[in-house]
Amino acid sequence: MPRTHRIFAALRAAFPVSTPVLAGYLFLGAGYGVLMHSLGYGPGWTVAFSMVVFGGTIQYVATQILAAQYAPVHALVISLILNARHLFYGFSMLGRYAGTGWKKPLLIFWLTDETFSLVCSDDVPPGVDAGWYRLFISGLDYLYWIVGSIIGNVAGTAFAFNTTGIDFVMTSLFTVIVLSQWRSARTHSPAVIGVGASVLCIFLFGPANFLIPAMALIVTGLLLSRRRLEARVLANEDGEASP
Amino acid sequence: MTHLGNWETFVTMIALALGIAATRFLPFILFSKGTRLPPIIRYLGGALPHAAMAMLLVYCLKEVKPTVAPHGIPEVLGLAATAALHLWRGNVLLSIAGGTVFYMVLVQRVF
Repeated sequence: MPRTHRIFAALRAAFPVSTPVLAGYLFLGAGYGVLMHSLGYGPGWTVAFSMVVFGGTIQYVATQILAAQYAPVHALVISLILNARHLFYGFSMLGRYAGTGWKKPLLIFWLTDETFSLVCSDDVPPGVDAGWYRLFISGLDYLYWIVGSIIGNVAGTAFAFNTTGIDFVMTSLFTVIVLSQWRSARTHSPAVIGVGASVLCIFLFGPANFLIPAMALIVTGLLLSRRRLEARVLANEDGEASP
Repeated sequence: MTHLGNWETFVTMIALALGIAATRFLPFILFSKGTRLPPIIRYLGGALPHAAMAMLLVYCLKEVKPTVAPHGIPEVLGLAATAALHLWRGNVLLSIAGGTVFYMVLVQRVF
């Protein structure tokens, strides 16, 4: 298949997969744009933050930092802590992003929660180039976030309908993904460990501080059950990879 | 409302960007050698997506307080609607749109 066809086929396969994030990022991005607008920041700064930082939660939190005081070290530390969950996504994608060449830095920079939920699956449509497919999903999501934040910033608070609860679109997306992982998995232990460790750590450390202890607990749990799970986990991967 | 000056805003933005980029790039920097990944990392690479997605779903629901009205009922119903639609039709978009609209109606009109 000629190169341009291969690229176009990957785009055509990637776009429908990215549409839940299209809806989510346009609204959440718009919410961010509105917030920046309320602080007195125009579209220039809004787009700059969305392009350079590119992380929903941290950008929302950053508006509180921007409104409060000049504290760049605080901003750096908060950003590291709040985004530590990306380490999980990186470790998950090491093998899948090996050998992707020039696409690799972009794939890594564009790896958000939502993008991860779409690209961590190994069922890339048959005949579609996995590297281009994941690059298009990631890049489209990036674009949606930027466009959403511009719309929100320019429109200000002039939204015509009540959007309360719209952020549930991400919860729904993750629910669907957990559900399909559950149905295709040879072992449910990793998912059970993930839920168990997270819920336990919310009880122990509270919703604001649970992520990092939960991550430590998940890694510990997975390593302790490695002997029991390894064969099935790797069979999962191979099973999903073959079309 | 006033905000930081341009230079302060710029420095803050770069600090935020460095923090998040570090968390994204670190695993790839640690294993940048072109050799095969160690078996323990291959195992984690296989198991973590499932554990991480489960964690992310809990993360979305972390502010739900079962002891305070409405006791997380809209969230439970929204999740159930998403899951039921997905098991019934198997259409990702329909499940997400249906579950979200249902949840929005619940939090705006019912609870």
